[in-house]
Amino acid sequence: MTRHMKMDNADTRRRLDDMVQGAVGAPLDRPDGPLKVTGAAHYAAEQPTDALCYGVLVRAPAAKGRLLNMSTNAVMALPGVLAIVSDERMLRNPAQGTANEAPVQGVHEIAYFGQPVALVVAETFEQARHAAQALQLHIETTDEAALDPLAVEPEIPEDKQSSMGDLDAAMKNAVYRVDETYTTPSHSSAPMEPHASIAQWEGEQLTLRGSYQMLKYNRNELADSLGIEPKNVRILAPYVGGGFGSKLGIAPEAVAAALAAKKLSRPVSVAMTRPHVFETTMRRSETRQRVRLAADAQGRLTGIGHETLVSNLPGERFAEPVTQATAFMYRGENRIIGQKIARLNRTCAGSVRAPGEAVGVTIVENAMDELAEQAGIDPVELRKRNIPEEDPTRQVPFSSHKLAEALDAGARGFGWEKRNAIPKQVRDGEWMIGMGMASAFRVNMLKEAQARVRLNANGTAEIESDQTDIGTGTYAILTQIACDMLGLAPENVTVRLGDTDLPPGSGSGGSFGAASNGTAVFLACEELRLQLATAAGCAEPDLTLKDGKAIVGNRQVIIAELLPSTALEATGHIEPGDASSKVRQATYGAYFAEVAVSAITGETRVRRMTGAFAAGRILNAKTARSQCLGGMVWGIGMALTEALEFDPRYGQIANHDFAEYHIPVNADVPQIDVILLEEHDDWANPLQAKGLGELGICGAGAAITNAIYNATGVRVRDYPATLDKILPGLET
Amino acid sequence: MKTDLLINGNRRTLDADNRTSLLDALRHHLGLTGAKKGCDHGQCGACTVLINGRRINACLTLACMHDGDEITTIEGLGSAEALSPMQRAFVNHDGFQCGYCTPGQICSATAMLEEIEAGWPSHVTADMTAKPSLDEHEIGERMSGNLCRCAAYPNIVDAIRDAAWRDQE
Ligand code: FES
Ligand code: FES
Repeated sequence: MTRHMKMDNADTRRRLDDMVQGAVGAPLDRPDGPLKVTGAAHYAAEQPTDALCYGVLVRAPAAKGRLLNMSTNAVMALPGVLAIVSDERMLRNPAQGTANEAPVQGVHEIAYFGQPVALVVAETFEQARHAAQALQLHIETTDEAALDPLAVEPEIPEDKQSSMGDLDAAMKNAVYRVDETYTTPSHSSAPMEPHASIAQWEGEQLTLRGSYQMLKYNRNELADSLGIEPKNVRILAPYVGGGFGSKLGIAPEAVAAALAAKKLSRPVSVAMTRPHVFETTMRRSETRQRVRLAADAQGRLTGIGHETLVSNLPGERFAEPVTQATAFMYRGENRIIGQKIARLNRTCAGSVRAPGEAVGVTIVENAMDELAEQAGIDPVELRKRNIPEEDPTRQVPFSSHKLAEALDAGARGFGWEKRNAIPKQVRDGEWMIGMGMASAFRVNMLKEAQARVRLNANGTAEIESDQTDIGTGTYAILTQIACDMLGLAPENVTVRLGDTDLPPGSGSGGSFGAASNGTAVFLACEELRLQLATAAGCAEPDLTLKDGKAIVGNRQVIIAELLPSTALEATGHIEPGDASSKVRQATYGAYFAEVAVSAITGETRVRRMTGAFAAGRILNAKTARSQCLGGMVWGIGMALTEALEFDPRYGQIANHDFAEYHIPVNADVPQIDVILLEEHDDWANPLQAKGLGELGICGAGAAITNAIYNATGVRVRDYPATLDKILPGLET
Repeated sequence: MKTDLLINGNRRTLDADNRTSLLDALRHHLGLTGAKKGCDHGQCGACTVLINGRRINACLTLACMHDGDEITTIEGLGSAEALSPMQRAFVNHDGFQCGYCTPGQICSATAMLEEIEAGWPSHVTADMTAKPSLDEHEIGERMSGNLCRCAAYPNIVDAIRDAAWRDQE
């Protein structure tokens, strides 16, 4: 039995409010927690496998060129070496999220430093590593590589340029105006689990244990890369050690492992090294952003311009959607949005947590701070004055808009009223203290998803989907939805995820996992409720399910007694519909940060941070808070330390490890307050829940750089705000 | 080369290539995949295990250097059915998201509390002669060798304080 729903209109039934089990929203501990804290959860490279051999990728040490040959014979003679695979089906770079087909393939045309050209397989990892290092590559480098985004003639795609009204005139007539150019560097997702795959064939059937986010697409991408039928591919990813976008699409290690396993008729494990993850998966593009703001005497915006330059490899369709939220953030009838793309021989650019808003909103929020300063208006008040009545670009209503509430709740929780608006006024010994804030915006999405729910004769339930839990809390929230809908305690619900043999979920990406897959589970449970109601002889709305019992009027029976001797099973299927075009759906929030900047070294420490967020119904208060914390900490990294440094001579990433690419460590992170606002967005889905995995980073960095300005009077417009950029400003 | 190891109370004999790191010995040869490989460079702490009670990055040491040593991995601290107080606190405080850094965090935190107990000062200890406190700065400083990209840090600090506090009861 399948229950299908297309989200064409608001669903105002709010069925979850009718449920009495009380699981949804509660701070349930992750059901997968005990396995994870004891080391018993098997990640991709950890599945015990007989006769396993190990492959190590060999990559091009040049940004552009042609691979002519390699020292195959000498390396094959080394101890333990089983195979050297160098095959035109190997991937140049990972597939982009939801590509659903193979990315650019081939080992002969070298397009970036770090492109895989071979896989060396040996009996042991140590032998394979040594042999991979010994493999000599002969690469012809005749053409000059394109390494500098400012030195190439960029593409200007027509569909990425738009305008409304007359921004130039608005700027001329404005009482207050900002016209500044900001830059953000490339970032790396850097999940703690490096990309890894174990490939195993049984005849024509391939099983891949991988670390992937979106299995239904990954299966097709892997099949297409290998030239086989998707039905012959099964991917398993029950636990994924972080993704943040870098594991959206099938990656080179999976295809290389599958090719080698086929050739050797043995299972092959390929784990990327940390430098491989930096150079051979995905990066967030660096951006150059010109922002223009025109405002009247009250600080009300009359115009916004946001023009950006990003980069990617030749042949890649993805371009960092920097201006994605600019369309609806603030009022202003005169607008210019533009994007140029430089084609470079750099590591592939793709999705990194909150593609677009993470860097785009951050920069607009810096410009808003500059406008607030100029107009002498409190930054919180300035934002409130510029909340539009409707989506100013598409002229459709907002499904729900909680920015004002988030600004107020955040300001109150943080103690914003204590801020001195004049920079450089507060000292604590050597430390200059400042406060800053920024708004958060992120588009909200719903994606097609299916899930199967089975109610067993013993009154337990099982949920099945190929959806992944990459740390987001999928195991917890799907459990909670089923608990409420079916009146079960969490220990009686089991969730099976990450297996392409199970119904296809949405995949983890774009913050749509909880809403999409949660809705699929909800729909399956609605169908089961209908069947239970029929068995109980009542209408479904009259059926109350709690603690394993069905209550109808004054009658109470154990749910199991209503069940047939076999299990009752239903599949829920949600598809996005017209709701997304009838209204503008987004999530909102506000960040507040206090920083201390050393007057001696220019070093910035974040002392405290508060975030207030509205993301529809909160499904699990504990995991939701964790998602927000994670996002805000990424904001700290973006503001202060994170930057991929490309060697201008050879194009390699000079800081391709954790010693040189600085993600925040424990001591960099203060205690952070997270305020989750009550919101129910009927347009989003029948759960009224919206995405939360990315909202925490969509402007967080700006709260910190704005606080640095308040502390020091130094505006850093070139991220990150390292001390070398702050110190010169302190001396004057 | 043969190496005798006492792992989680069990005597195990490893016969592996001399180049095998302790981490790869655990993960590839001994079926103990709880210790994670996040970098293989000593830069992330995901591979943290205890050797003779002290925390160490298992990727930075060769297995053959540990003949006769007593090694405790995350599997030796507790099981899903019988969590150690630190493991329980990580679950309760949501001290992880993806869970990949977590075994290293927990091994590290377990040994770190012993270091505090023994009075070892850290970079942020104000008084080198007094017993270090368990405030968030001390914990943050002492746990900064364990990276968490999911950024569960505030919850990790809470979990450790909770476990330490229970310990003292
Ligand atoms: S794997 Fe040992 S420190 Fe990263
Ligand atoms: S929980 Fe994912 S890296 Fe720490």
